[in-house]
Amino acid sequence: MFTQRMKLKPGLGEYRSPSRRREARWGLLFITPWLIGFLIFYLAPMIISLVFSTYDFTLSAPDDARFIGLDNWKRMLFDDANTWDSLRVTFVFGAISLPIGMFSAFMLAVLLNSKHLMAPNLFRTLFYAPTMVPLIAGILIWSSVLNPQSGWINRLIEYLTGFEATNISTGPRWLDNPDLIYFAYTLIGLWGIGNAMLINLAGLQNIPTELHEAASIDGASWLRRLISITVPMMSPVIFYNLILSTVGLLQYFIVPWVLNLGSGYPEGTTRFYMIHFYNQAFKFQNMGYGATLAWLMFIIAMMITLFLFASSKFWVYYSGEAN
Amino acid sequence: MSAITDQQQFSSRDVSRAKLSSYQIAKRRRNLLYGASITLFALIILSLYVMPLVFGIVTSLKSQAQASAPNSPLLPSDIIQFDYEGESYDVYNVPTDEGIKQWALIQRRRRGASVFIDINDPDQSLIEWEGNTFLLEPAYEWSVQWSNYPEAWNEISFPRLLGNTLVYAFVTMIGTLVASSLVAYGFARFRFPFRNILFMVLMSTIILPPAVTLVPTYAFFVRVLNWGGTWYPLIVPQLFGNAYNVFLLRQYFLTIPCEMEEAAQVDGAGPFRTFLSIILPQSIPALTAVSLFHFFFAWNDFFGPLIYLAGSRNKNPISVGLTEFNGLYEQNTELILAASVISMILPLTIFFIAQRVFIQGIVITGVDK
Repeated sequence: MFTQRMKLKPGLGEYRSPSRRREARWGLLFITPWLIGFLIFYLAPMIISLVFSTYDFTLSAPDDARFIGLDNWKRMLFDDANTWDSLRVTFVFGAISLPIGMFSAFMLAVLLNSKHLMAPNLFRTLFYAPTMVPLIAGILIWSSVLNPQSGWINRLIEYLTGFEATNISTGPRWLDNPDLIYFAYTLIGLWGIGNAMLINLAGLQNIPTELHEAASIDGASWLRRLISITVPMMSPVIFYNLILSTVGLLQYFIVPWVLNLGSGYPEGTTRFYMIHFYNQAFKFQNMGYGATLAWLMFIIAMMITLFLFASSKFWVYYSGEAN
Repeated sequence: MSAITDQQQFSSRDVSRAKLSSYQIAKRRRNLLYGASITLFALIILSLYVMPLVFGIVTSLKSQAQASAPNSPLLPSDIIQFDYEGESYDVYNVPTDEGIKQWALIQRRRRGASVFIDINDPDQSLIEWEGNTFLLEPAYEWSVQWSNYPEAWNEISFPRLLGNTLVYAFVTMIGTLVASSLVAYGFARFRFPFRNILFMVLMSTIILPPAVTLVPTYAFFVRVLNWGGTWYPLIVPQLFGNAYNVFLLRQYFLTIPCEMEEAAQVDGAGPFRTFLSIILPQSIPALTAVSLFHFFFAWNDFFGPLIYLAGSRNKNPISVGLTEFNGLYEQNTELILAASVISMILPLTIFFIAQRVFIQGIVITGVDK
C-alpha cells in the first residue's frame, strides 16, 4: 500500500539521487529567508497569541500576568458589549461599502474596456491616480470636501438640484449624521478602488471576443451580454477581489482613526472592530484580551474565506476547467 | 464579347465598392458618435471622481477665513479691502439706482443708514445707505495664498517627516527585494519536498489578518528587545520577503527560459551565481514593479508606525505626522490641505513616470492567481 502510493504520487523517494538532493537543498536554501520569517513573524506569534488569550497580561505590569483559562474569551463573547457592537458596525458598513466599491470598480473597468473610448490609456492612468494619493492625504481632502457648508459636494448638489444642501439645518452633514456616515466613508473608499479596477480591466481583456461577437449576432443587447457573458467570465476576478476586500474590511481602521481618533463619533457608528482591538491591545496595553480579540478576528476571517471558497463552486466559473 | 463582360464585371465591382464605402462611412460616423459620447461620459465621471483633488488643491491656496467660509467663491479669492484714513474696510457690492457699485463699508449700523464710501471715487464724501448690510454680497478679488505652502511645510516639519519616510522606504525596499527575489527564485526553479504546500502557505499569509500576530510581536519588540520608539520593529519583519512580492517575482522568473541558466551551470556557475548574473539582470521590470509597490506601501504605512513610534514624534513618518498635524491645526483647513498636497507630490510624480511598469505589476499579481 505504502509503496504503491509512492509510485503514484511523487514522494520524498524522488529525492534519492544526488543531483535531486542537491537541487532540493539549494531550493530550500533560497527560500530560507521566508521560512525563517514565517516561523518568527507568523507561526510563532499566532501560537503565542493563542496562549496570551488565556492570560491576564498587561504590558505595563508584565510580572502580574496570570493564567485565567477562558475568561478572556468569556468576557469577549458575553460580557463586552463592544465586541458585538463593533462587529455589527463593521458588517453593516461592509454591507454598504463592499457592493458599492466592487460595483464601481467593475463598471469603471467596463467603461475603460469599451472599444469606443478614446485615449483609453490616458483615462486608465487618470482613473487610477486617486489610488496613488497617500491614504491620509486622501482622507483629509475628503473630510474637507464633505464639509456641509464649504465643501464642494454639498455645493454641487445645491447647484445641480436646487436643494439647499449647504444650509446648516437642512443640508446633509455627511460626517456627523449617523445615517449618512457609512455612505461618506464609502465615498472616501472609492479613491482606493484603483487596484480592483485594473484587475477587473485585465480580466475583461482576457475574455475571448468571439463570445461577444457570437452573442451580438444572435441579437443579444449590451446589457444581456454584460450579464450573461461578462459577469460569468469575470467571476474568478470578482471572487479574488471579494476575498481581498472582505478580509481588508475586517481591518478597517485608518479612516475612522484619522477622522475622529477612533472615538466612534457620531453616536458610536464608527467604532469598528479594529478600533476596539487597538483600544484594548495598545491603548490599554491589555495584551491578553487584545490577543483574544485578534484571534476572534482571525476565526471570522477564516470562516468567511472558507465560506467563500465553498460557495465558489456554485458561482465561480473557470474557463480552463472545461469539465 | 469578352470585352463587354470585362466591362460589366468592372462596373458591378465598382458599384459594390461604392456601396461598401457608403456603408463604411455610415459605420464610421456611427462609431465616431459612440466614441464621442462614451468619451464624454468618461470625462464626466472622471471629473466627479477627481473633483475632491481639485478642491483640495484650490482650497489649499485660500486664506484661512475663505477656506472655511460658507458660499465663498470657488477659486482662491478674498474680500476686497479698502484703506481709508489708515484703516482697512471690507468692500461690498451695493445695489444702487445706478446699478451695482463697489462700496467700502465704513460703519455698519443695525438701525438707520450705514456709512459707505465709493472706492472708485474716494474723494467723494461718505455715503449713507439704508438697508440690511448683512444681506450685501462682499466684493471679491483674485487672491492666491502661495504662502500656505511654506507655512505648512515648516509647521509640519516636512523635511524631517520626508527623511524618516524615505529612510524607512529605502531600507525596507532593499531588504524585501533581496529576500523576496531569493525566495521567488527558490520557488520558481528548484524542486524540493513540500514545495507546493509551502507555496500555498506563503500565499495564504496574504489573507491572514495582521492583528493575529501583532500582539505577541509587539510585546516581544517592546518588552524583550526594548525597541519601542525605534524603527527596528518596522524594518526587521520586512527583511524576510512578503507574499505579494514573492508571487510577482516568481511569475516573472517562470517566464525566463531556462537555457541560459543551464548554459551558465555547464560553465561551472553555482545556483547563486546563476541567480545573480543571469536571472536578476533579466528581471529589471519585475524588480522595478516590486520596488514601486514597496515604496507606496511604505509611504502609506500607518498602523505599525502608530503603535511602535507612539510618543516619539520626531521619528514619525509622513502618514502619522500628517494625522497629528490634522489634530493640531483643526481650524486651519487650508494648511491641512496644503500639507496633504505636499505629501502627495512625490508619490504621484513617481506613479506618472513609472505607471506602465506599475500597472503591469498589479495586473500580474491580480490576474494570475
